[in-house]
Amino acid sequence: MTKLFPVSLKVNGKDYEREVEARMLLSDFLRHELGLMGTHVGCEHGICGACTILFDGEAVRSCLIFAVQASGHEIRTVESLGTPENLHPLQQAFTEKHALQCGFCTPGFLMTLVPFLEENPNPTEEEAREAIDGNICRCTGYEKIVEAVQDAAAKMSQGK
Amino acid sequence: MKPVKFDYYAPTNVPEALETLAELGYDGKVLAGGQSLIAAMNFRMARPAALVDLNGVPELSYIKPNSDGGLAIGTMTRVSTVEHDPEVAKRFPLLLEVAKFIAHPQIRRRGTFGGAIAHADPAGQLPSIAVVMDANVLIRGKGKERWVKAPELIIGPFMTTIEPDEMLAEVVLSANPAHTGSNYMQVSRQSGGYAQAAVASVVTLDGEKVKTIRLVLMGIGEAPILSQKAIEILVGEIPTPDALKAVAEACATSEIDPATDIHATADYRRTLVRALVARSLTESIKRAKKGG
Repeated sequence: MTKLFPVSLKVNGKDYEREVEARMLLSDFLRHELGLMGTHVGCEHGICGACTILFDGEAVRSCLIFAVQASGHEIRTVESLGTPENLHPLQQAFTEKHALQCGFCTPGFLMTLVPFLEENPNPTEEEAREAIDGNICRCTGYEKIVEAVQDAAAKMSQGK
Repeated sequence: MKPVKFDYYAPTNVPEALETLAELGYDGKVLAGGQSLIAAMNFRMARPAALVDLNGVPELSYIKPNSDGGLAIGTMTRVSTVEHDPEVAKRFPLLLEVAKFIAHPQIRRRGTFGGAIAHADPAGQLPSIAVVMDANVLIRGKGKERWVKAPELIIGPFMTTIEPDEMLAEVVLSANPAHTGSNYMQVSRQSGGYAQAAVASVVTLDGEKVKTIRLVLMGIGEAPILSQKAIEILVGEIPTPDALKAVAEACATSEIDPATDIHATADYRRTLVRALVARSLTESIKRAKKGG
């Protein structure tokens, strides 16, 4: 019989308890066990960055962590940011600056950038480029994403 | 893809971890940060029967200054923690210089210092850095422990002298003597990508002359290559531009046997090594003169 392991964790402020196989990746757990489809799965070997989530506040790859390892930890996914009526300033900036086309990579970029902008409220263009060097976008050519990062930084500092 | 089935153990302290490794023997594999291992398991290139996860063992994560001016780094210390530690910055600027080349920020937050060394990926930076820094590595098993120098620890691609019932527990870096300079340089096609070739060097000067030198060539062999030619040509000598050129030429021609693959041709790798060796040594010597 397949051995199951208990997982109890907080995702986007809500407590969940499940039993999973040890081999279940955190990315698959979020999508298939919790139905949170915002976290996208691209390469499954840590290169593309689409599955980036916050693990105890830090941006990491959810495809390179097993769900069982997340027990007792706090996860944030893109679903925690904004709603269509009330976008997070970063989402608003991505929309206004055309920083996405197909949108597949966007959740990973957003979750990489949320803690980055908290630590660097006024990043230079170079800092913004460094921050996203672990995320691949095949549509935009990155220029618009970099513009959106700086626009979001401006929006967020005005909001404070 | 998804990993094959495996059994999972999450010890909460070191004795429990060592006990579990001893029981599992060849079936057990240590899970540190998992940023290489889980990727390999997702591809099913790695199929361990059981994982012993060290992420719940807080006592393995620390950076402790040693009385001799060196540092002891616990195996589970995240690469990003090392990257941002003020003591590391003061004592071993080489670690900061190399850190930004190690994969991506998201990987460095999870990947561990000890895990990267124990994984011994020939394309990984930290195994080569451990060799060039002549790190002393603590290997522990149930009821046993031993110290190994990094050059003797890494014996091939993904191969170390760590036994199945053992784990890498701590990495000790000795303080650099006065007038030591160090440097890391690499060429890769994109940020965070594998190096087509890389070079790390640590040079200690005695007046105008080279007292000791460690030069490691990386990304072009099955394991970090510690250059013997650099020692033969430079130790006890004044490192003139011609002498550095001679080392670069010797490294590029006789110390490496690079492969041609989709990332670079063998000839291109030799050209890179020739250029990087000369540049890295020049930089290290410059820093050594400034007091290192």
